[in-house]
Amino acid sequence: MIIQALAFYLFAGMTIAAAVMVIAARNPVHSVLYLILAFFNSAGLFVLLGAEFLAMILVVVYVGAVAVLFLFVVMMLDIDLVEIREGFLQYLPIGGLIGIILLIELVLVLGAWVAVPETAAVAGVPMAPVDQVPNTRALGVVLYTKYAYLFQASGLILLVAMIGAIVLTLRQREGVRRQSISAQIGRRREDGVEVKKVPSRSGA
Amino acid sequence: MFEIGLSHYLTVAAVLFTLGIFGIFLNRKNVIVILMSIELMLLAVNINMVAFSVHLQDLVGQVFAMFVLTVAAAEAAIGLAILAVYFRNRGSIAVEDVNAMKG
Amino acid sequence: MIEVAIVLLPLIGAAIAGLFGRTIGDRGAQIVTCTLLGLSALLSIVVFQDVALAGNARVTEIFTWIDSGNLELSWAVKLDTLSAVMLLVVTVISTLIHVYSIGYMSHDKSIPRFFSYLSLFTFFMLALVTADNFVQMFFGWEGVGLASYLLIGFWYDRPSANAAAIKAFLVNRVGDVGFAMGILGTFVLFGAVNFNQVFGAVPGMAEAKFVFIGIEGHALTIVCILLFIGAMGKSAQLGLHTWLPDAMEGPTPVSALIHAATMVTAGIFMVVRLSPMFEYSPVALQMVTYVGAATAFFAATVALTQNDIKRVIAYSTCSQLGYMFFAAGVSAYSAAIFHLMTHAFFKALLFLAAGSVIHAMSNEQDMRKMGGIWRLIPITYGVMWVGSLALAGIPPFAGFFSKDMILEAAYGAASTHGMFAFWIGVAAAFMTAFYSWRLLLMTFHGSQRADAEVMGHVHESPKVMLVPLICLAIGAVAAGYIGYEAFVGEGREEFWRAAILVLPGNDAIEAGHHVPVWVKVLPLVVAVSGIGLAYVMYMLAPGLPSALVARVRPVYLFLLNKWYFDELYDLIFVQPAKTIGRGLWRSGDGAVIDGVGPDGVAAVTRDLARRVSRLQTGYLYHYAFAMLVGVVGLISWYLFSQVG
Repeated sequence: MIIQALAFYLFAGMTIAAAVMVIAARNPVHSVLYLILAFFNSAGLFVLLGAEFLAMILVVVYVGAVAVLFLFVVMMLDIDLVEIREGFLQYLPIGGLIGIILLIELVLVLGAWVAVPETAAVAGVPMAPVDQVPNTRALGVVLYTKYAYLFQASGLILLVAMIGAIVLTLRQREGVRRQSISAQIGRRREDGVEVKKVPSRSGA
Repeated sequence: MFEIGLSHYLTVAAVLFTLGIFGIFLNRKNVIVILMSIELMLLAVNINMVAFSVHLQDLVGQVFAMFVLTVAAAEAAIGLAILAVYFRNRGSIAVEDVNAMKG
Repeated sequence: MIEVAIVLLPLIGAAIAGLFGRTIGDRGAQIVTCTLLGLSALLSIVVFQDVALAGNARVTEIFTWIDSGNLELSWAVKLDTLSAVMLLVVTVISTLIHVYSIGYMSHDKSIPRFFSYLSLFTFFMLALVTADNFVQMFFGWEGVGLASYLLIGFWYDRPSANAAAIKAFLVNRVGDVGFAMGILGTFVLFGAVNFNQVFGAVPGMAEAKFVFIGIEGHALTIVCILLFIGAMGKSAQLGLHTWLPDAMEGPTPVSALIHAATMVTAGIFMVVRLSPMFEYSPVALQMVTYVGAATAFFAATVALTQNDIKRVIAYSTCSQLGYMFFAAGVSAYSAAIFHLMTHAFFKALLFLAAGSVIHAMSNEQDMRKMGGIWRLIPITYGVMWVGSLALAGIPPFAGFFSKDMILEAAYGAASTHGMFAFWIGVAAAFMTAFYSWRLLLMTFHGSQRADAEVMGHVHESPKVMLVPLICLAIGAVAAGYIGYEAFVGEGREEFWRAAILVLPGNDAIEAGHHVPVWVKVLPLVVAVSGIGLAYVMYMLAPGLPSALVARVRPVYLFLLNKWYFDELYDLIFVQPAKTIGRGLWRSGDGAVIDGVGPDGVAAVTRDLARRVSRLQTGYLYHYAFAMLVGVVGLISWYLFSQVG
């Protein structure tokens, strides 16, 4: 038990600390790296909860794709390191106040929250005990059958996102030499070859 | 304290969420931080989902968390594409300079 | 039916000439209007014979105009001796002036418009004189005012003409306020506006009183005075006279028709038509007398000094109108109408002859630049003599009969106001003769003060202008002698019948027939001496006028500047009105109404919009922050509503 608690506090603490540093770091590359750290630690939290598939997916998708994407963009753009911080404190009082209020409300809701006894009966997908069915298998059984439509839809979303990203960023640059197959094949003999009558013993 | 229950996880998620929100309007540096704060918020929501799913013994939470993950990735991609094009056109992503929509 | 045709034919002529003037051309417009009006004149002679001489007075109703509660009135043609006489005068003179205008306006560029306006005016005047109720009379009243405005400002590219037209209309309007209030008072008092109904009810209301904020006043007097104010405006009596001289900006035929023979006589006609009412209000009659006499004197004094030929005649008109009014004031209504008729002839004649002179002198109107042309335009000279003799009251010309009758009646009335009027009238007669011969001598005799080029162009007017002159001259000679018996002589009872009411104690005409001989002779003596003095001053001793002027220069200036009435009105009315108007425009309209209304609303909208638009900073985190605040707010409200 104590190991569990310790692990929890470790992971949770590091997640929060990393999140703070994401915002507070001066160097944007450092911000991304701290974001990766936060992802890793929350994956650990997921493992603690028993949703190991999700934890691995988190690492693969978030860290492997999204965070790396972030890193690409940060490095690609010419971002100045030192930014002026003067406006930071201006918003702190009002922002902090709003944040505190939000936090208090969340805690209030949490404290007063009581689960209804019938919850178990209306569960969408009852979860079998972990030792009987592995998490991955349980997810798979449900995902491709009951939620097949949603699965396909999310695939479509990804497709659209991909196309959108390409459309947004594609640009035709002048002067870049590239092949145009159709132009190559469509060339006629007159454009390419010219017969010149050259008298012998003189140059072309 | 030592018995880790639902509320612990929920607290972590709440704090992460709040931090994400703070990140949006407290940052004075550049727009990338905003995108990262959005990712943090989505992460907090995911933690919430999974914690409830495990507590209520209902797999729906985890299924939904996966979809959230998918959409978050798609949205990050588009957001960064927009950012890249914006930078290409305006030359800066400092937060003060992104005010072309000023009314 | 005939009477309806008489009234409507000029309107048809005006409509055709006005609307289709371009299609039918100048000649067409002239022919149509003159023909229709001539037809109207012929029908008027028939009607006169039927109504005035044979005695078939009647009212022909055309259709009902207003029928609302107590107020009931209709378009009708009331025919009795008074309206028959007026019909005759108006149509005949209007026809002659139409014919004259063919020649006078031959070089004008808007001939159809002119003839259309002339016929339109005639229609309104006829509607006025044949009205059988107050409102129809008011319609005609306003109509002639409108036509006068249109005709004075006929040459609208002249700013002075436009100003004169507006002045005429506005001063008329002031009088019209009085008239309208008089009509209102009549309706309040009698509950009807139809003449027959009102006249029938007058004896019963003779002692009625109006109470207004605690002040009690004799009702009929108040009503009559209000109506008389309207007459003052229309007939240019002292106080509301300032428009008449300036109205000479219009073409001469207009001056002849409107400002000598017909429109300005509408006031006299009204007072005489309402004699059943005025007879019961001695105070109103006294006021009429005093105002009339004062006007006669004032206008004659001013005419002594004027240099513009048309202005002399205009002031002469004003003075003669004063005569007619004080005749009405001493209850000698038929004498007033008699003088109206003869005056129409000789004053129109004088104006048209003056127009002929102006035409001959290449549009020169200043008498100081004329002179010595009597041999060159003999016919014009001759008719001018006729007109002047008629005006001065020399027998056997028309003016002698009518003017003398008026003065005799004034003396015969044997009242304070009658005597005042008599002596003023005599003085004015002297001045009338003087300035008439001053005009004649300065214009036609003496040295030729115009330059050689103008003198070279002096020629007699074409026949189309001379024929109306001669017709009018015949009228100026004969009308007095012919009409005397019927209008004011022994046959007047039979002639007028119910058209005019004179209460038994007031019969000034009867008394006027029995005055001492010196009263009958005095006006003639005075007129001849006036002619003699003018001859002396302008023919025998030409240096005398300027010497006299040098001696009494302030008096001369006072008279030349029309007793400074225009300056006085400018000071009292015009400048304050302009100041108030400007003030109201700037602060009232500009600051208050515009400020609260459109400008204010626009400014507030702009201001609010500017403030709201500041929320659109363009910064993403501001928007996110706003969203967050909204979320927190919603959650808090939800929590507290649940907990509470």
